[in-house]
Amino acid sequence: MSPAPDRAQPCFDNVAGGTSYEEPLLFELSRDGRAGYQLQPLDVPAVDATETLGADRVRGDRLDLPELSEVEVVRHFTRLSTWNAAVDIGMYPLGSCTMKYNPKLNERAARLPGFAHGHPLQPTELSQGFLELAWTLERQLAEISGMDRVSLQPAAGAQGELAGIMMIRAYHEKRGEGRSKVLIPDTAHGTNPASAALNRYDVVEVPSGADGVLHPEAVGAAMDDGVAAIMITNPNTLGLFEPHIARICEIVHQGGGLVYGDGANLNATLGITRPGDLGIDVMHFNLHKTFSTPHGGGGPGAGPVGVKNILAPYLPTPLIVRDERDGEVGFRLDEELPRTIGRLHGNFGNVGMFVRAYCYIRSLGPDGLRRCAEISVLNANYVLARLRGVYHVPYDEPVMHECVLSDRNLHATGVTTLDISKRLIDYGYHPPTTYFPLIVPGALMIEPTESESLEGLDRFIDTMLTIEREAREDPELLKEAPHRTRHARLDETRAARHPVLRWQPASQQDR
Amino acid sequence: MAEFELPEECFYTREDEWVRHDGTVAYLGVTDYAQDQLGDIVFVELPEVGATLSQGEPFGVIESVKAVSDLYAPLSGEVVEVNGDLADAPETINESCYGDGWLLAVTPSDAGELDTLMNAPDYAQYIKERQD
Amino acid sequence: MSHRFIPHTEADVRQMLDAIDVASIAALFESIPDKHRRDGPLDLPAAASEQEVSSEIARLAAKNASLETHDWFLGAGTYAHFVPSAVDALVSRAEFTTAYTPYQPEISQGTLQTIFEWQTMIASLTGVDVANASLYDGASATAEAALMALRITRRRKVVVSTGLHPHYLQVLETYLAGLDAQIETQPLDVSGITADATASIDADTACILVQQPNFLGSIEDLRPFAEAAHRAGALLVTTVTEALSLALLTAPGALGADIVCGEAQSFGVPMSFGGPHLGFLATRTARVRQMPGRLVGETVDAHTRRGYVLTLSTREQHIRRERATSNICTNQGLCLTMATIYLALMGRRGLRELAEHNLAKAEYARSRVRETPGVELAYSAPSFNEFCVRVPDTSERALERALDADCVGGLDLTGRVRDMDQTVLVCTTELTSREAIDRLVAALANQGVVR
Repeated sequence: MSPAPDRAQPCFDNVAGGTSYEEPLLFELSRDGRAGYQLQPLDVPAVDATETLGADRVRGDRLDLPELSEVEVVRHFTRLSTWNAAVDIGMYPLGSCTMKYNPKLNERAARLPGFAHGHPLQPTELSQGFLELAWTLERQLAEISGMDRVSLQPAAGAQGELAGIMMIRAYHEKRGEGRSKVLIPDTAHGTNPASAALNRYDVVEVPSGADGVLHPEAVGAAMDDGVAAIMITNPNTLGLFEPHIARICEIVHQGGGLVYGDGANLNATLGITRPGDLGIDVMHFNLHKTFSTPHGGGGPGAGPVGVKNILAPYLPTPLIVRDERDGEVGFRLDEELPRTIGRLHGNFGNVGMFVRAYCYIRSLGPDGLRRCAEISVLNANYVLARLRGVYHVPYDEPVMHECVLSDRNLHATGVTTLDISKRLIDYGYHPPTTYFPLIVPGALMIEPTESESLEGLDRFIDTMLTIEREAREDPELLKEAPHRTRHARLDETRAARHPVLRWQPASQQDR
Repeated sequence: MAEFELPEECFYTREDEWVRHDGTVAYLGVTDYAQDQLGDIVFVELPEVGATLSQGEPFGVIESVKAVSDLYAPLSGEVVEVNGDLADAPETINESCYGDGWLLAVTPSDAGELDTLMNAPDYAQYIKERQD
Repeated sequence: MSHRFIPHTEADVRQMLDAIDVASIAALFESIPDKHRRDGPLDLPAAASEQEVSSEIARLAAKNASLETHDWFLGAGTYAHFVPSAVDALVSRAEFTTAYTPYQPEISQGTLQTIFEWQTMIASLTGVDVANASLYDGASATAEAALMALRITRRRKVVVSTGLHPHYLQVLETYLAGLDAQIETQPLDVSGITADATASIDADTACILVQQPNFLGSIEDLRPFAEAAHRAGALLVTTVTEALSLALLTAPGALGADIVCGEAQSFGVPMSFGGPHLGFLATRTARVRQMPGRLVGETVDAHTRRGYVLTLSTREQHIRRERATSNICTNQGLCLTMATIYLALMGRRGLRELAEHNLAKAEYARSRVRETPGVELAYSAPSFNEFCVRVPDTSERALERALDADCVGGLDLTGRVRDMDQTVLVCTTELTSREAIDRLVAALANQGVVR
C-alpha cells in the first residue's frame, strides 16, 4: 500500500486508515493432507469406483482443488471480502444499477427451509406456499407496472429483454408479418441491441434530441413497416423522463410495431406513473435494482417480464395458475400455451430473488414504493443542484433518479472521468458509472438511490467538490489515484494482451 | 494537435488502413491515426492464408481494452501472408504500425483499385477534417 | 412518515427542496406530463412491519415440503447435498452480498480473486483450459454453448442427445428459435446411453451435445462422439447437471469435449426451488474469444503487485452491442462464491470421497431394486448417483406410496420422456440414509410400508 503523497491534505472524514491483510490464492495456501470437511460415515457398503464403473470412466488425474482446514478457508474468504466496496459499507452511486439498501429480513426469508430447501420438480401440492408467493408477486408487479400479465422466469434483465423480443417476434410472425428491424435510441444499454441481435433483428439507432430525450419526429422518420419494435428505457440513461413517450408509442403502434420498455430505471417512477399506462406493450423488471434483491458481486439478478394482453399468448411456460373451488384455493402449473415462446430457464427462474422482492413490496406497501421514487428523485436532483456549475452538465434538465455529469470542465487540467472516479475511491466511495451513456464523452452517471441520507449526500458532494479543486491544483494526484487502496491502478492492457485466466502450478507456468 | 506518421509510398482508406504495393504483393495495416485512436491494442483477428478479400468488405477485427473495430479490405485479392507475430505481440501495431505491425500481404486482383484510395496528403486532410 | 429503509425526515426534504429551488416533491416530477401522473395509490396491501412480514413469509414457507420434511430422492438437475455451515456464514458477509460487478478492480479484489479461483477450479474439474465467471443456470449455459459452437463453425445444425435434460432442450429450442439454426435429436439405445451418432453428424453440423451422466442417470462414453464430431469439423459439447460427478468420472475435456458446460448447484448452492443456480461454461484456450459471459484475468498494478481484473470485455454487450457473443450482463456471482467456498472446504480428496459416497448409496439402492420383486432397473448402463426404476403399476401411484412413507420418491417420467410411463428417476446422495432407501424401494415395489 502506498500512502497518499504529502501534498494536498484533504479531509478524509469518510475513511480512516485501516489494516489491509495479505492473502494469496487458495491454491498457494494449500497443503496436501489438510481437510476442511469430515464426511458422515457410510451406512451402506463402500464401493470401489474403478471396479464398479470400469477404469475408463473414472478419472485418475490430480484435481486443482486446494486442501485447507476450515479455519483457513474462513480466514481466506473473510480477508478477501474486506477488499470489496459494498452498499452496506457506504454509498455506491453506480448509475443505472440502483444500488439501494438490501433489507436483512429478505435474506432471512429466502433462507427459510421451506424456500431454500424446496425442489423445482416436487409435486405442486407440496409447493403451494412457493406457488402462492410467485403468483402473488406476478400480480404485484403487474399492478406496479400497469401490465396485464407477468412471468417471473427470466434470470436477469438481459434475459427478460430476450424474452420480450422473442414475444414480439412471435406476435409478428403469427400475423404473417416479416418485420426485420428494431429501433433503439442512442442512449440505450448494450444489452438492448445484443438481445435484438439474438433474434436476428437489425438494429436501427435513433438519435436523441439536443435536450437528451427522444422526439416523435426522429422515431417517425425511422418508422416503417419493417420495424418490429422500439426499445425504450424510461427514464432514459441520462436520467431524463421521456416526455413524448405516449406519442412515440402511438407512432410505433400506428406503424404496426410494438414498444419494449427496459425497466432498469423503474425505481424513479414507482407509484408515480406506470409504463403500461404510457403505451408500453412489454417490459422487464430488475428485481436486483428496483426491488432491493442484493447484487451479489455481479448476480444473481432476476428479470421478470410483463406484457399487455396482446402478448400474453406468447409468455414463457410454465404459467402459474390459481384455482378456486368450493372456497378452496390452490395453485398449479400450466405448460399448455400453444403459442408460447417456450422455456427460458431450467426451472422457474431465480426463486430466491422472488422471496426477497415479495418481502420488499410487502414491507413498503404502495406509499413506501412511491416514497422510493420521490426520495430517489429528490436525491439525484440535490446532487445535481450542488454540483452544477462546478462539473459540466451535458443535458441540464430536471432529472429523475440519476444525473449525468462530465469531465469537460477539467479538460485543461488533463484530468479525466477515469481519474475522478479513481480519486473517489480514496475517499471511500464506489465511483459512479463512467463513460456511459455513450453519447456523453467522459460521462459520470450518478444514482444515489433513496437509501442515502442528506448528510451522506452532502459528504459525497463535498468530496466531489474537493476532487474538482484537486484536479486544478494537483492533477497528478488524481492521475495516480487511488493511493489508499491495497492495489494501485491495475494494468488492464496486460491482462487482455496476455490472458492468464487460471492459476497453474509453478511447474506448469509459462508453458 | 498530434502529428501522425504518413509514409508517402502508402495509399490510405477512409477506414484508416494503409496499403503498400511492392510490385506483385501489397502489404496492408492500420494507420498511425487508427492505432492512436484505439489506444493499447490487445488483439487482432486476421483471415488465413488463401482467404479472399474484396475491397470495402470487413476481413478482420482489431481490439483495444475497451474498443473493437472491424478491419475493411483496402483492395481485393488473395491473402498470401499473415503477420503471425501479432498473436503474441499485438502491441507491435502500436509501436510500428507501418513496419513490424503490418497485418496481411495480398496479391491484388485489380491493381486499378489503388486509384480509388487516398494518397498521404489527402489522407492527412481527411484526418484533419475529423479532428475539427 | 419516515420509512425504516429511507432515512429522510420532513426537515431534510424541506432543506433539499430549497437547495434545488423547487416548491415541492411533486414539482420534481413535472417532466412527466400531467395526464400520466397518478393521483391514487397502487392497489397493493399497505406496508407491513418486519414482524408481520416475517410471520407471513414463514406461513408461506411452511406450506412447502423440503429436505427438512421428507427423505429426498428427487434430483433431475437440482440436487440435495449437505452444505457446510461456513459456506452460508461467509457468503452472508455484506462485502460479498451487497457489492456489484467488479467494474472498479481496486475496490473489488475480493470478488475478482474469488472468480479467478472459481475459474481455476472449474477448468480443472471439466478438464479443459478456461472457464468463465458463470452463467444463469445449466440450461442457459447449454444454450450459450450451442450458440458458441454455431459461431465457431459457422454451421447451422445442432445434434442433441435425447439424454439431455428435457428442460434444457426446451431452453435450447427457445434460444435457437430466432436464429437460422436447426436441432436434430439423437436417440438413446436400449442400455440407456446415446446411440452411435456418426451418421447424424455431417458437414452442416456445428456440434453434438451430450449430457454426462445423462438425464436418465447413465454414464455416457464420450470418446466416440468427440471422434465423430472432430472428423466432421464439428465440436463436442458436454453438459453436466450433477457437477459432483466431475470429481469421480473422467473429465469431459480428457475425452475430447470442446465445450463443457452445465449446472454447479451441487457445490454448496441451496436447491431453492430451482434458482438461483449456477451455470458454468469452459472451453479450450483457442476458443476463449468466442466465449459468452465475464472473464477475470491476472495482471499487476502500478507497483507490480499481483491483482485481478475483468478482461477480454470486447466480447461483451456493453462494448460490442449487437455483435456481442451473448446479451448476458450479470453472472451468478454470489452462487459462484458459495461454490468456490464449498470446493475449498471439500478439497481434492474431500470432493472425490463425497462422490464415492454418492456412488455407494446409489449402488446400494440399485442392489435393493435388483433384489426386490416388483421393481427393476430400467437400464443396464453404469450410472453415478441417479438411475431409473421400473415400478409395478404406474409411477404416479408408486410415488404416492413413497410419499406415504415420507419420501419425495423421485421424478415421475410419465409425459417427460417417451415410453417411460412406468418409470421413476431416483437420486441418492450423502443425505440419503440406508433406512430411507429400504423404505423407498419397498414403497415403489408396493411391498407394504417399511418403518
